Amino acid sequence: MGKKVAIVGSGQTMHGRRFDLAYPELVNEAIESCLINTGVDAKDLDGVVFGTMPSMMEGVALTHFYFADVLRAKGKPILKTETCGSTGVSLAITAYYWIASGMADLLMVVGSEKMNEGDAQATMTTILEPFYQMYFIAGAPGVFSMQSQEWSVRFGIPEEKVRDAATRLSIDHHNDAFGNPYAHIKQRLTPEQVNTARIITYPVRLWDVCPTSDGACAMIFASEKMAKKLGKKAAWVKGVGYSGEEYWFGDSDKVMWQSAIQAAKQAYDMAGIKNPRKELDVAEVYNPFTFQELLYYECFGFCDFGQACDLTLKGMFSKDGELPCDPSGGTLCTNPIGATGLIRVAEAAMQVTGQAGDHQIPGAKQALAHAMGGVDQYNGVMILGAK
Amino acid sequence: MSKEFSTFKKVIRLPHKYGAGPTFTRFYEGLKQGKIYGTKCPECGDVLVPSRSMCPKCHVNLSEWVEVSQEGVIVSWAQTDKDFFGKPGQGTYTVALIRLDATGCDFLHLLGGNLSKVKTGSRVKAVWNEEKKGHMLDIKYFEPK
Ligand SMILES: [Zn+2]
Repeated sequence: MGKKVAIVGSGQTMHGRRFDLAYPELVNEAIESCLINTGVDAKDLDGVVFGTMPSMMEGVALTHFYFADVLRAKGKPILKTETCGSTGVSLAITAYYWIASGMADLLMVVGSEKMNEGDAQATMTTILEPFYQMYFIAGAPGVFSMQSQEWSVRFGIPEEKVRDAATRLSIDHHNDAFGNPYAHIKQRLTPEQVNTARIITYPVRLWDVCPTSDGACAMIFASEKMAKKLGKKAAWVKGVGYSGEEYWFGDSDKVMWQSAIQAAKQAYDMAGIKNPRKELDVAEVYNPFTFQELLYYECFGFCDFGQACDLTLKGMFSKDGELPCDPSGGTLCTNPIGATGLIRVAEAAMQVTGQAGDHQIPGAKQALAHAMGGVDQYNGVMILGAK
Repeated sequence: MSKEFSTFKKVIRLPHKYGAGPTFTRFYEGLKQGKIYGTKCPECGDVLVPSRSMCPKCHVNLSEWVEVSQEGVIVSWAQTDKDFFGKPGQGTYTVALIRLDATGCDFLHLLGGNLSKVKTGSRVKAVWNEEKKGHMLDIKYFEPK
């Protein structure tokens, strides 16, 4: 086992449509906020970890060169990690490995995306090879629709119940986002508004889907020695898990979803968690689609397979429930993709250090952060604790 | 009123010649003849379609070619009327995971024809375009049986 790794703090941009700043300036907004919040002097950093979506979404290839100045990276190593949607959790895991190995004491970790500048859906097609899959899974909602339909049919969950549970999540998260100063979409919704919104890809409707956001997140990771020196209340990395499956979409079972189940199990085993619903106080589950969030509850052992809809409708996972999920509003309300997974980690760290402000879960001591990457191919989980 | 800042518009367009390699080339040749080919893994016995050069589960090279059934069942599906970049064709787009008979994975393709009664578990069969170019879309779609 490696050395203990602390998360000292984070900074986020105001996420949304940000044509008021050029891309490096947007990244800098998160970094300045992070350095102020943590009191870290960038001169003391041993290195920088950075990541985004693939170059096609950035408009410039290998943006860590372009952003080197705002990343304060002169004279320091930069590690770039990219895993599509799970980039942010991969960034956090990269920083974890680097410090746990004893090779660094203080790192800045940054993820960003300026999605409104390009055509996000079109650039997403460049992740797919042109021989086979590109024609059939070019639109991301199609993938998630197929996955959620397969799940509901497999467990015999009536379509209306799945719709009701997804609607509940949509209403809760868009409402929760009002408590998060950085969230992009904040909206009071009625069940009727959600249920009659225009269909994106059947059965997924407008309010089931994340927005196109510009934003960045920066975090400081430190060794135990450095965290003590900095003297800030830190969150501690208790467990990490990352798992993948075959490239071709039709090769693996996306219902008993091995990569999601395995990533969570690895992280739980490392953190010594036996009963996640009891032992976790809050979870930041990657939820670009309401339907997928339901499946994650099951893959992560928050409940048995086939049970997520019933328990969601009983309020198990709402802000005042037994295991609050995405009290920040989650990815559903804010999705600057390269930053999104790191925002999950930053939010989890804020929760266990009591710094989540209006969306604080009282007394939270242990939290889960998660993101999914590739075309439903990879999942990453990080467990953070107050001690 | 907030100030309007300049934007700079650019289209990035790069030519690229993707090499299909021997396995996809042979698969496409099959499509040209109206046949769907898979390769069979000697270890797990799965027939994988489209054909692969390696079994992703067993990590062994595959050399046994099998012509697979053009019929199967719908494992899952999704439908949209929206236009999006890279969408093949116009109008309603219905994509499905189809388990072709006696194969070991789900095959991604389009659904077409009369879909009013189609659901998960429905049987479908391949419908081909008149002109075959050795392309994944030589199969026009799968229609209910
Ligand atoms: Zn095999």
